[in-house]
Amino acid sequence: MKGWLGKAKTLLILGALAFVLSGCGRDNLTALVPKGYGAEVSMNLIILTTVVMTCVLIIVFIIYVLVLVKFRKKKGDPVINPEQVEGNKTLEAVWTIIPIILVVIMAVPTVFATFHLADDSDKEDHINVHVTGNQYWWHFDYENEEIATSQDLYIPVNTKVYIHLITNDVLHSFWVPSLSGKLDVNPENVNTMYLEAYEEGVFFGKCAELCGPSHSLMDFKVVVVSEEEYDQWVADMQDFNSEEVELDAVAQEGQELFEEKACISCHATDTQNYSAGAVPVGPDLTNLGDRSRYAGYLMPTKENLVNWILDPETLKPGNLMTGKYPDVSEDEADKIAEYLLQLKPSDVTAESKEK
Amino acid sequence: MSHDHSNLFPETLPAEPEKATLEGKNKFFGLWFFLGGETVLFASLFGTYLALKNSTAGGPASDELFGLGLVFLMTMLLLTSSLTSVYAMYHMRNGDFKKMYLWLAITGLLGIGFLACEIYEFAHYITDYGFTFRSSAFGSAFYALVGFHGGHVLFGICWLLSLLIRNAKRGLNLYNAPKFNTFSLYWHFIDVVWVFIFTVVYLMGKVG
Amino acid sequence: MSTAAMGKRSFGAVLWDYMTTVDHKKIAHLYLAGGGFFFILGGIEALIIRIQLIKPENDFISAGFYNEVITMHGTTMIFLAAMPMMIGLMNAAMPLQIGARDVAFPFVNALSFWLFFFGGILLNISFLTGGAPDAGWTSYASLAMQSPGHGVDYYVAGLQIAGAGTLMGGINFLATIVTMRAPGMTYMRMPLFSWATFVTSILILFAFPPLTINLFLLMFDRMFDTAFFNVALGGNTIIYQHLFWIFGHPEVYILILPFFGLFSDIFSTFSRKRLFGYTAMVFATMLIAFLGFMVWAHHMFTVGLGPVANSIFAVGTMAIAVPTGIKIFNWLLTMWGGQVTINSAMLWALGFIPSFTIGGVTGVMLGSAVADYQYHDTYFVIAHFHYVIVGGSVFGIFAGLHYWWPKMFGRVLNETLGKWTFWLFFIGFHLTFFIQHFLGLMGMPRRYWVFLHDQGLELGNLISSVGAFFMGVASIIFVYNIIYTAIKEEKAEADPWDGRTLEWTVSSPPPYYNFEQLPLVRGLDPLWIEKMEGDGTVPPGEPLDDVHMPNGSILPLLMGLGFFIAGFGFIYQDGQGSLWYLALYGGMAFAIGCMVVRSLKDDYGYYIPKEELQKALEGEAK
Repeated sequence: MKGWLGKAKTLLILGALAFVLSGCGRDNLTALVPKGYGAEVSMNLIILTTVVMTCVLIIVFIIYVLVLVKFRKKKGDPVINPEQVEGNKTLEAVWTIIPIILVVIMAVPTVFATFHLADDSDKEDHINVHVTGNQYWWHFDYENEEIATSQDLYIPVNTKVYIHLITNDVLHSFWVPSLSGKLDVNPENVNTMYLEAYEEGVFFGKCAELCGPSHSLMDFKVVVVSEEEYDQWVADMQDFNSEEVELDAVAQEGQELFEEKACISCHATDTQNYSAGAVPVGPDLTNLGDRSRYAGYLMPTKENLVNWILDPETLKPGNLMTGKYPDVSEDEADKIAEYLLQLKPSDVTAESKEK
Repeated sequence: MSHDHSNLFPETLPAEPEKATLEGKNKFFGLWFFLGGETVLFASLFGTYLALKNSTAGGPASDELFGLGLVFLMTMLLLTSSLTSVYAMYHMRNGDFKKMYLWLAITGLLGIGFLACEIYEFAHYITDYGFTFRSSAFGSAFYALVGFHGGHVLFGICWLLSLLIRNAKRGLNLYNAPKFNTFSLYWHFIDVVWVFIFTVVYLMGKVG
Repeated sequence: MSTAAMGKRSFGAVLWDYMTTVDHKKIAHLYLAGGGFFFILGGIEALIIRIQLIKPENDFISAGFYNEVITMHGTTMIFLAAMPMMIGLMNAAMPLQIGARDVAFPFVNALSFWLFFFGGILLNISFLTGGAPDAGWTSYASLAMQSPGHGVDYYVAGLQIAGAGTLMGGINFLATIVTMRAPGMTYMRMPLFSWATFVTSILILFAFPPLTINLFLLMFDRMFDTAFFNVALGGNTIIYQHLFWIFGHPEVYILILPFFGLFSDIFSTFSRKRLFGYTAMVFATMLIAFLGFMVWAHHMFTVGLGPVANSIFAVGTMAIAVPTGIKIFNWLLTMWGGQVTINSAMLWALGFIPSFTIGGVTGVMLGSAVADYQYHDTYFVIAHFHYVIVGGSVFGIFAGLHYWWPKMFGRVLNETLGKWTFWLFFIGFHLTFFIQHFLGLMGMPRRYWVFLHDQGLELGNLISSVGAFFMGVASIIFVYNIIYTAIKEEKAEADPWDGRTLEWTVSSPPPYYNFEQLPLVRGLDPLWIEKMEGDGTVPPGEPLDDVHMPNGSILPLLMGLGFFIAGFGFIYQDGQGSLWYLALYGGMAFAIGCMVVRSLKDDYGYYIPKEELQKALEGEAK
């Protein structure tokens, strides 16, 4: 039996090792390769605690294996009555005191980091984004910029961006593993955290608190761009007026259908009517043509968009769009999609950043 | 030989009839543990109340609602009933069934008086202020806490009544003495809870 | 009641016997059977989850049903499988270990079981009536309030009924241990399993009331439109999270502490050595229980409670590592210098040490608040608590079943099958859950119906799903072992393991009165002491006399049934038609009526004449 146990252990460790070597997951999703300040602070603590705890594990495993090797009753061994040891004060003191020291080693940096990350005294000097969680999409409202967007959060690289979280319905949790740890999105109070990305790119964000059937599809993206690109993007968004976009004939039909089919009653298509703090019923579609994904997770192809308009329920079960608009034919959906795809306020897009 | 359970009905009762048998001892400890759990139960309700007591959502607040006079009367009723149940237990230990019975009956009457006041109080809030379980988070928390206590009083009264009716003609023995005693312990407990409600809900609600 | 006598009776008579029993040993059988049934249900739900996650964007089941399955898997495994089987083992062993004839309140003991049983059934009926609860086993307020249909109402009603049963069970065990220890059985001579039962019961007593209240608040909000969690009327959903975890964290220790005690007994027995550092083990158990109440908010690090609260709860959480570490090292040192016999029961105990230690260290890692911002609500947490609950409680249940099977059912479980069960389960367990640590950190949150293509999560999920089937097969082999043993294995002797504690002094299975005369305990491990220093039998601590026994009763079952019916009334009271009100009031009236009958009807129990006991003693002597 012993041999088995040993082999199982070795296999397990080898397997784990192979797995770790094969990669730490997708580059812009995994928490194991931090690309932002919060994630790095967390990762440092993860490494510290893992190292300390692995030492403990190794000691336990060594004693464990020794016990099994030395004191196992082998076939044919006579039954003996070992000495009935009550205990050993010194030993017991040792394995009480050493863990206390180890706990202190882990606790001090933890407390320090907890207070450090919670310090938001400089938020006045940085970009502030008010984030609203909805079943199953995210709304981003840029304070003082008079612009808002949904699903894609554009932020500049190497600077703090404060995120203020609240939910419109049930609890959600805002998580961009590569950039920072998560924070819950509560209905009764605004929670504040910040993102500080070290490099440009598109980072995957997820909802981490069960919020209904499509919890697993409530993805969003953080698009990290250079400082100049960010300013450009904000200016483009502010200037964008969907009425002035030159649409082709199909798209114009689509625009009419967009109004006719009551899409417009829930979705905004430009920032001209922006009012601070107002959260639209459905995602803001101002820069839909620039979106990195549709519905948070579908690749940005026209086909996907048409499918979404025709049957959102299949793609995102339990979403609040289903049944809120009159029947749309495939042809009509195609036209609406064409219209929406031509809403491209800015040249600064996720596409250019996605690897 | 004790096949006839005569050991439960001795000629003279021992000094502590409620703990003379293993069953009695078990009931005694069991009830104490039960009260430990009840303490946490009420602590949870107190916690909820304290968290929500200012969440009136535009509805009536505690200082407009509460009148200390009635609540003071209720407190007196319940405190006195606790005292009378002590008298009852005193007579039980002396083996004086009649006096125990009398004091327990008074305890029950005081409890009913308390309950009547509480019902009046709730009715007053609902009809005169429109303040209900559904008005606001404060309303929900208030009725949950005070109502839970009221429910405990009601349960206690039913318990006492069934004890009194059932044992009216049997006198005191080692089988029913633990039952009277556990009731008395329970009754003290709901009295103590009321003292906290009086302080935390009514006094702090009026003054704080 | 000897098995021979049972064999002769008709099925109906046996069934009636179990329906009316107040004997702790039979109630243990009931608990184990009920818990086992729900364990299989929960296991099937687990397999459904793993099939759904075997590949990216799988559509094996719908999103809504997936949420029902995860909710019911968690709820079932914790409340209806692990806890009942744990309470079953407590019922089977604890009174014997402390030298008692039964528990303090045999009637209440039966009531506890029937409440658990009917609560569990009620909860699971939701699958058949249009949707099970789907807001997670935590059923957090905002989602639970919004959840359509009656699923969450079933959750509330089912858990309320089952929870009441558990609370009564806790009180029962506490009173038993305080008043009914055999002569000479001081607290510091109690076997560790009985100690753990005592401490766990304290945890149950103080942890379940917050759950009761929380469920009431949720019920009021859902059914009667109150405003506890309704933000528009000033409510606050965070209260739900606090109350839930004030219950929920101690609950984790409720699930693990009894098995700490059980493993202590097993290590000691199969190493032929007394437990190393007995006193330290007892105090470590109490310290873990105490700290268990102080750390609930580490489940809420990401709620935004602020750095002060997070820091306090982080440090408190890490501190639990200290008493837990003491325990691990004491177990290792118990085996050190002993003669370690490896059989199925011991294998589970040996498998427990590495598995649980991994769960323990990841627990400390989770305690680091800022690191937890990454771990929280991901598969890392899933991996952690399965390492603790499966590696601790489920391994413990299997160990306890193998260890006490001869005492409970009179036969030793087949060793070969036992070893197959262990190895398959052990390998499957690590395959399933080890990889999940990495999945979590690679960006996979928990409770995800699907994970998407091209996010680096495919391989890990596949390995995890494969492992789950190993555990499934292992469980089937165990069930087969039960049947095989019942038919093929020999009758067990009183003391098949060369044991150390009092349960091994009585026949397997024990007579219904346990002890003809209560034993006289002369120290820790009383049987071992007598084997070493005496004639191998524990001397009686009282003269032979008539033994007082409680009467059986059908009332506990009827009370459970009453609450079960009333549960339906509560769930559907907002619907159309007065019929449900009939169920509500009728069920309550029926249950309360049973209570009144119980209160008003004098029940003195009965006596076993000493002549009968004398005969039994002489029979044993032969």
